[in-house]
Amino acid sequence: MVPLSHYLILSATLFSIGVLGVLIRRNAIVVFMCVEIMLNAVNISLIAFDRHLNQHDGQIFSFMVMAVAAAEVSVGLAIIIALFRNRPTVNLDEFNLMKW
Amino acid sequence: MEPITAPIIDFTSLAPVLVLSVFAMMVLLVDLFIGRNKSVLVFISLVGLLCAAVSAFAKGTEIPVSSFNGAYIVDRLSIFFTMIFCMSSALAILLAVEYNKREGIRVGEYYSLILFCTVGMIVLASATDLIMIFLGIEIVSICLYVLAGIRRTDPKSNEAALKYFLLGAFATGFLLYGMTLLYGTTGSVKLATIAQLLNSGEVLAQPLMLLGVVLLVIGFGFKVAAVPFHMWAPDVYQGAPTPVTAFMAVGPKAAAFAAFYRLFAEGIPELAPTWQMTLSIVAVFSMFFGNLGAIMQTNIKRLLAFSSVSHVGYILIAVIAKDTLGSASLMFYMLSYAFMIFGIFGIIIILGRKGHENLELEHYSGLGFKHPLLALCMTMFMLSLGGMPPLAGFVAKFYIFQAALNEGFLWLVIIAVLNSAISFYYYLKVIVFMYMKEPIGEFKISLTPITLFVVAVGIIGTLELGIFPGPIIFLAQY
Repeated sequence: MVPLSHYLILSATLFSIGVLGVLIRRNAIVVFMCVEIMLNAVNISLIAFDRHLNQHDGQIFSFMVMAVAAAEVSVGLAIIIALFRNRPTVNLDEFNLMKW
Repeated sequence: MEPITAPIIDFTSLAPVLVLSVFAMMVLLVDLFIGRNKSVLVFISLVGLLCAAVSAFAKGTEIPVSSFNGAYIVDRLSIFFTMIFCMSSALAILLAVEYNKREGIRVGEYYSLILFCTVGMIVLASATDLIMIFLGIEIVSICLYVLAGIRRTDPKSNEAALKYFLLGAFATGFLLYGMTLLYGTTGSVKLATIAQLLNSGEVLAQPLMLLGVVLLVIGFGFKVAAVPFHMWAPDVYQGAPTPVTAFMAVGPKAAAFAAFYRLFAEGIPELAPTWQMTLSIVAVFSMFFGNLGAIMQTNIKRLLAFSSVSHVGYILIAVIAKDTLGSASLMFYMLSYAFMIFGIFGIIIILGRKGHENLELEHYSGLGFKHPLLALCMTMFMLSLGGMPPLAGFVAKFYIFQAALNEGFLWLVIIAVLNSAISFYYYLKVIVFMYMKEPIGEFKISLTPITLFVVAVGIIGTLELGIFPGPIIFLAQY
């Protein structure tokens, strides 16, 4: 039986990787993937807590997170495509029409 | 493991949500069968909002009523906020009618997205469960990402949507992690149960829980654009179409604050010393950086974005003063803020014309001589935002400060008052431009009846709430 803390450390590590990726990478798609890593890191700890507490709330919560993440992906990719049609680039540094 | 019990579905408490969802889908369907003239959709959306506002009272006098195993509540706060949401969405739709025609935004989805967003806001204001709060926030955010980028061919609108989307999704991650830690340390997602457990002292002072609270503050801070998580606000406000900017400055912000208040004041009041300190720091920074940032702006939409950041600072004080007066002053502030913001953005839309939005401050020079009435309205809104009696902004600030004083936050009130003084600098700057500078060119304004109506509503609301605040405060407080 793997103890709870292992899962939490894994989740925290993944979350940090996601945060670092969002802050460091400049490609809109990669930044987007890093956000998804963050959400899935949260899912891991939700399920771990759920198992530890012997409950159902965490599982339901993680389903909701997945559903919302899917909705976000569809909207996010649509936005990136709309943007790419006007200016063929996905580099975040080039989106500076307004003061950042 | 105990079996999952199906909750008893209480349709009457969900009434406004159901009504609005039906109308939003109807708008989508009808849009397929009509031509390029979208006025039918406007009519349907307005009827939908009216029905939703009426059905918010479906529970009658038996409030507060908690349903869905304590995940959803109909009470004073949620009904009052539902009214604010319905009104602000209706005004946003009215603002968009002529603007969209002028700028060539011919999409019916605009109206249904605003309705769906309103659904999310109502859910958010009534949620008493971490899962529901999360869902509400996401319904609102996803609609707003699309609305910000609804001018698909305009690079600025695209850029605003992308920035809003990436930072919004980033913030969602923090918010979720915070909620997870709260769930993990208390073992419940219901705010009432969490409050109970904390009260009995079983989980207090767990470092994980405090970390969760900090992450929640970060997540909500992003959503309401509080310093240091405000950097998306000016860009998104500038790039989004003007009616959408007005909409997102009021409705979604009010909804996020309602959930913010519920989560912190009703869910984890036992941890108050910790989060009151954290929120005070965020509030002070928001006021200072919002006001200092606004002083330097030359674009009116960016100026209003920074001004809204500073207003977030004031509103946070209402959350910090977590008692009844705190929630009442929060409601009153959001209502008066809605009137002022929609009035201002109405005037901004009137001053623009196709292809020239005239958003720089210098475009306003000389307005006082050419169109004295418009300039007078703008002056009133600006003074009200600054907090000049006898306008709504003054009374709203007054109640917030009173709530904070009751809780013993004298230093916070002093800083807030100082900041109000700073804010007059840039509000008066707009007035100086209108009355004391020569016009730089001919004014070609688009005086259209529906937009003027929105401005009139704004003026009436600002005056009414400023001179006779009694009835509304009574409603907010009981």
